[in-house]
Amino acid sequence: MLRFISKRLLSLFSTLFVATIVIFLMIEVVPGDPAAFMMGLSTNTEAADALRAELGLNAGVLERYFGWVTGMLSGDFGISYTYRVPVSGLIFDRMLVSVPLTVYALILSTVIAIPVGVIAASRRGTAVDTTLMGVAQVGVAVPNFWFAILLVLLFSTSLQWFSAGGFPGWEAGFWLCLKSLTLPAISLALPQAAILSRVMRSSVLEVMNEDYMRTARAKGLSERQALLRHGLRNALIPVLTILGLQFSFLLAGGIIIESIFSIPGLGRLVFQSIAQRDLIVVKSVVTLLVMAVVMITFIVDLAYAVVDPRLREGSN
Amino acid sequence: MSLLNIQGLLLSIHGSEILSNVAIGVEEGQIVAIVGESGSGKSMTASAVMQLVPNGAEMSGNVWFMDDNLLDKTEAEMCDVRKNHIGMVFQEPMTALNPVQTIGKQVIEAVRLADKSLSKDQAREKAELMLHKVGLEQTRFPLNTYPHKLSGGQRQRVVIAIALSQNPRLLIADEPTTALDVTTQSQIMKLLKKLVKQENMGLLLISHDLAVVAEVADHIVIMRNGKVIEQGNTDIFFNEMSDDYSKELFAASKLTFKDKKSEKSSDIILDIKNLKKDYKLSGSKKLRAVDNVSFRLKKGENIGLVGESGCGKSTLVRCILGVEAYKSGEILLNGEVFDGQKELRKHINAVFQDPFGSFNPRHMVKRVVAEPFYLIDTPLSSTEQLSKVEEMLNHVGLNADDMDKYSHEFSGGQRQRIAIARALITEPSVIVLDEATSALDVLIREQILELLENLSENLGISYLFISHDLTTVRNITDRVLVMKDGIIVEQGPTNEIYNNPQHPYTNTLLEASPDITKALNDKRNELDDNFV
Repeated sequence: MLRFISKRLLSLFSTLFVATIVIFLMIEVVPGDPAAFMMGLSTNTEAADALRAELGLNAGVLERYFGWVTGMLSGDFGISYTYRVPVSGLIFDRMLVSVPLTVYALILSTVIAIPVGVIAASRRGTAVDTTLMGVAQVGVAVPNFWFAILLVLLFSTSLQWFSAGGFPGWEAGFWLCLKSLTLPAISLALPQAAILSRVMRSSVLEVMNEDYMRTARAKGLSERQALLRHGLRNALIPVLTILGLQFSFLLAGGIIIESIFSIPGLGRLVFQSIAQRDLIVVKSVVTLLVMAVVMITFIVDLAYAVVDPRLREGSN
Repeated sequence: MSLLNIQGLLLSIHGSEILSNVAIGVEEGQIVAIVGESGSGKSMTASAVMQLVPNGAEMSGNVWFMDDNLLDKTEAEMCDVRKNHIGMVFQEPMTALNPVQTIGKQVIEAVRLADKSLSKDQAREKAELMLHKVGLEQTRFPLNTYPHKLSGGQRQRVVIAIALSQNPRLLIADEPTTALDVTTQSQIMKLLKKLVKQENMGLLLISHDLAVVAEVADHIVIMRNGKVIEQGNTDIFFNEMSDDYSKELFAASKLTFKDKKSEKSSDIILDIKNLKKDYKLSGSKKLRAVDNVSFRLKKGENIGLVGESGCGKSTLVRCILGVEAYKSGEILLNGEVFDGQKELRKHINAVFQDPFGSFNPRHMVKRVVAEPFYLIDTPLSSTEQLSKVEEMLNHVGLNADDMDKYSHEFSGGQRQRIAIARALITEPSVIVLDEATSALDVLIREQILELLENLSENLGISYLFISHDLTTVRNITDRVLVMKDGIIVEQGPTNEIYNNPQHPYTNTLLEASPDITKALNDKRNELDDNFV
């Protein structure tokens, strides 16, 4: 197990290293001069030059790369070109919103998808199955922003249960924040739940045909007992992969939902930074996202090993 | 009063009849074997007793078990019957256990399902006892062992322990040893026989192999196309059987040995010299899968390679076919050093075990058979290719019409014929047959062996015949190599090896191999002893 973990960690760090190079180079080739952008329309070459020097944009490529990476290692992500505040603080504030939102959405989608998948699979071919999978199909097809607007119309405008948007900040209290994240989380969760429930259904169906399920039935377990005791854990293995992918996707992919609900999340930060050529923020956020994806993959790998003893041994 | 009495059982799935008028009885302490080819309905009969039939199955008739008709029982009542009275063992031990649960957990679950009054510790103790009974000692196989740590035979023992831990009156074993090596097969069969006598259970044993069941069964039932053809007590059945099909099965199960023409040309086609192959294990450890193997195959000669799974025979085959690099030694194919280069590949082709997995399901037969043409330097025109494919299909007993069909339209035996046609098409000097007949029913197996023999005589091809089945090897080969732990422990003319084995391992293999003539003699002696 220890070998397994250290092997994974090694690949994790090398992935990150390669990622920083790729990100850095991509930002290098993006057109647009941050200094000129910050100066606004009144372009004064001398002032822009001075600003460029101040921002350290005149140094060589290698120097700037190492400066950036070593800075990040010590927690210094640089100063935002636009906001003139440390990037780390900027990102940290946004993470405080985006991470809970993502976790909230994923919990919702898992809680919906796993039972739906199991029920649909165990009643394969019946009206229940057809209905559930039909709804899931619609869930995959419907764009989540349209769905979000419907939610706002129903729960905010008509029923007035939730506010239509905004985020009060964690100092306003946990429940209030949770409440304000609820509609966005539901809009993010539903399409994911639709995908996840289809994966779960086919995974359960596959497991139900396994020989060990027949062994379980021969022991005297009912179909349902056999599924719960022997099938479920085996069926979860492919679902874990999808869950990991969804987490990474939701973390920054929620930009449309964030905009609809005016939530200060990571997605919006990246979008604004790109528009304003605040490249240092873009670089940092993208690097952080890569780190998050790699970390999630790592955690999913560990989760596999917990679920499946064969993988634990495979490392030895 | 029989323990199990099946009367006039009819079973149809979505209207098509699978079983018709099946009547079979099992007494306490009796072993009843159902024998038949695939599709004969033998497994479905077992599923019908357990009431674990596929969706859409309809049944009528009577399945009397301990004064109850199982067909009248509700699903909940059947769960109780399965918990307490009927146990089942299946064909594929590798997948019969839940891979994410320890063997202890799986046995304990069965124990507690059958007897809810047991405490956790008592159930644990009983599970340990059951594993001990099937020969898995706690010192080597503690309860927290995961199934993937066990071999096929060991896993089958766990499955038997699960069935046994519920103190069943009837055990149903559906091809319990088909996926196992001969020596493991004989151990599992002995274990089952011992347990049946010890616990005074009834055993319904299902098999495609008459030789395997002849040794243990008290009563034999021959099934075909969902009907019972003939049945009787083992000691008199073979003398009194009247149905042609039973006789055919019996003949195909017998060890027959044809005197081989001794004149072989002296041309050496395949010359293996001191071949070695290592596999890297974790760290610096190595596993020598093939250790210093040398042998020669002459033109028109057939060599058998026997050994249990894990002995290195598959690795050896992969090296010989040039798909895996070897560490040292030399392979000469028609006098040239062969290490997988394309120019020589056309001289050696292979037929593998699984006739279902060996073809791309989206390719038509003509494309499947013509595939090895890419090995030929001067490409043939497509009309030439087609006529060649047709010729090869004719060789293996198929028609030109079959060219435009897909592999799923053929039976297992026919697919194996297609695989042979594919191997023949480059006119190779050697064909490697890797367990090529192991997945086939006995009668089909006989036909394929006959075909191979004709081809070898007519086309002068040599075979390297790899099998764990000594009966088949004896039928078709001139010389035999016995392999164990990567080493050839014995080699010589087939006749000599079988009649006078020198190495103790060869002896073990021969003794474990099911032999219907021997089994019947033993049975007769047993009976005679009882009369004295």
